[in-house]
Amino acid sequence: MNTAASTAVSPAQQRGVLKRILRLFASQEAVLLLALVALFVIVGSINSRFIAERNLYSIFLGNAYIAVAAIGMSMVIISGNIDISVGSLIGVLATISGSMAVAGYPLVLCWLVPVLAGVLISSFTGYIVAYLKIPSIVVSLGMLSILKGGLIAVTSGEWITDLPEGYALAQLKPLGVPLPIIFMIVLTILAALWMRFSNTGRAIYAVGGNAEAARLSGISKQRTIMKVFAIHGGFIGIAAVLFATQLSVIQSTVPPNLELTIITASVVGGVSILGGTGTVVGSTLAAILLAAIGSSLIFVSVSPYWLRSVQGVLILLTVLADLYRRKRQRKQGSG
Amino acid sequence: MSRVAPTVSRMPSVLSTARRLALSHEGVLLIILMVSLLVLATQTDRFLTTDNLLNQCRLMAEVGLVALPMTYIIITGGIDLSVGSILGLCAIVLGVAWKNYGLPLEFAIVLCLVTGAAAGAVNGYFITRVGVPPLIMTLATLALYRGFAEGVSQSRSVRGYPEWFYQFGQGELFGIPTQLWFLIAALLISAFVLSRTVFGRALYAIGHNETGARFSGLAVDRYKMLIYTFSGFMAGLASFVFVSRVSTTRSDMGTGLELDVIAAVVLGGTSIFGGTGTIIGTALGVVLIQLLKNGLALTGVKGDATIMVIGVVLICSILITNFARSRQATEKPGD
Repeated sequence: MNTAASTAVSPAQQRGVLKRILRLFASQEAVLLLALVALFVIVGSINSRFIAERNLYSIFLGNAYIAVAAIGMSMVIISGNIDISVGSLIGVLATISGSMAVAGYPLVLCWLVPVLAGVLISSFTGYIVAYLKIPSIVVSLGMLSILKGGLIAVTSGEWITDLPEGYALAQLKPLGVPLPIIFMIVLTILAALWMRFSNTGRAIYAVGGNAEAARLSGISKQRTIMKVFAIHGGFIGIAAVLFATQLSVIQSTVPPNLELTIITASVVGGVSILGGTGTVVGSTLAAILLAAIGSSLIFVSVSPYWLRSVQGVLILLTVLADLYRRKRQRKQGSG
Repeated sequence: MSRVAPTVSRMPSVLSTARRLALSHEGVLLIILMVSLLVLATQTDRFLTTDNLLNQCRLMAEVGLVALPMTYIIITGGIDLSVGSILGLCAIVLGVAWKNYGLPLEFAIVLCLVTGAAAGAVNGYFITRVGVPPLIMTLATLALYRGFAEGVSQSRSVRGYPEWFYQFGQGELFGIPTQLWFLIAALLISAFVLSRTVFGRALYAIGHNETGARFSGLAVDRYKMLIYTFSGFMAGLASFVFVSRVSTTRSDMGTGLELDVIAAVVLGGTSIFGGTGTIIGTALGVVLIQLLKNGLALTGVKGDATIMVIGVVLICSILITNFARSRQATEKPGD
């Protein structure tokens, strides 16, 4: 009896493990990781300079801030909202940080104030979305215009130069690893754990997945959305400081198409625009993948002007794969 | 007694109709429009002149042309983020077909319009047949079409069009800018179709309750396919007018157009959730944005800083309407 039971269980268990491994590989994160490895192997074998240390550095270093901003964006999209003002907000916060540094404020303040300002401004957006019930796409569209216009009105798009010694936070290398990469990895891991295990983290998925069910199980939709936007603002603030300190000048305008690059990273990372699904690990991997693809075009001598088409195709492929996966799940569920 | 009653009740009904009109979104917009006209006219004597106003009509033609189909799309609960990129792609097709392939310019214009319609139809196909959400589909094609424009042209501009071509963007017909005739014609047709035809009323039904519309036997997919194709076509038409107005073709034409257009439509009272909206509202939104931009520029606000006011007006007008509606709802709970 006992032995019969154990022999009966073990094949089923084996199948369970196999299924779990397969499912792991079918996840968006695994697909992205494989794509990333494949890209490095293939392009690296065509042109070995692609995987030279210097190029890898520039891929990771130059885009870490996008990955950081994409973490916050992923949370916003998972909660069923969107923020198209991120690019403008990063521009404004970077300018605040740079201007403070030039004006001679203590460096710590120059790094912290933008983060706080990010939380404040984004909370304001969140307040209008959550409590005044105006769709986030409209509110953030308005914020985009206000921030972008305000920035140009104040600075006329001049370059901020003569930044003080020691301001360049993004150029520090504690333990030999550049700080932006440390930020990217640590923040991704922390955010992933928080999203998975904390009450608020689960509430974000609940609100985005099924707002009514979330309400019935005692989750305040308003407060959750408010929190999401506040946290998102913090990530934007960090991203803005990394962006401001990576070069020795800051152009006080809004980086073009930045919001789209960030939203693309989230979407390609597997965050469903309908809300409720996705992880921040995926969005970070996607941000790196997008940057690596952009860099690789040059090394396989394709004109970089095709980059945006490649991005478009990637978004489309991700979404089609997601739709296919959902359809199959639904079939399995009913069958 | 019974003869007196109607006359007594008609007085308040006229008043309440007037109040309802003033509190309707179009009414609020009209009042804002009048006030800003008056204020701007007192600020500078260069604002309220025929020359300036006609010139402003030239500048708003492109946004206006694209805003008409966008109103349809948003009424059905969809969105089209790719219009700016379609405009860029069509402009490049026009320029490259004429200059690099030596096609007659008339044929190139037709090709440009066909490209626009085809690009819109691709959006429509994936949205209706494959089931990709409009926001994400057009986000993908926003990148994709801009990528095509940049890739095909390698970011080189085309100029040197023959003299007759400039007639459409710079010339006049009976003393009124040529493109204003296009805009007026398109406006009248769109308004008629939306309010007086089965097709137009069906769009509202789709926006209110798509499943319901489907069960009532409306050809939801065909209608959606049509409006996205129409949107692409109008972006093509706008690109042709745009190229003619600025006498050159560049691949970055129309960048950010989608935001201007959506802002105008939403400002015009079309709900981003679908189901409500009018062409008149959209027209008022387009005019208001252009006048505010121009008036501020004339009173000395620098260049792009004028877009700040779009953001403020956008958010405020929606807040006011929301507020007015909720008051109406509390006043007349029986309605």
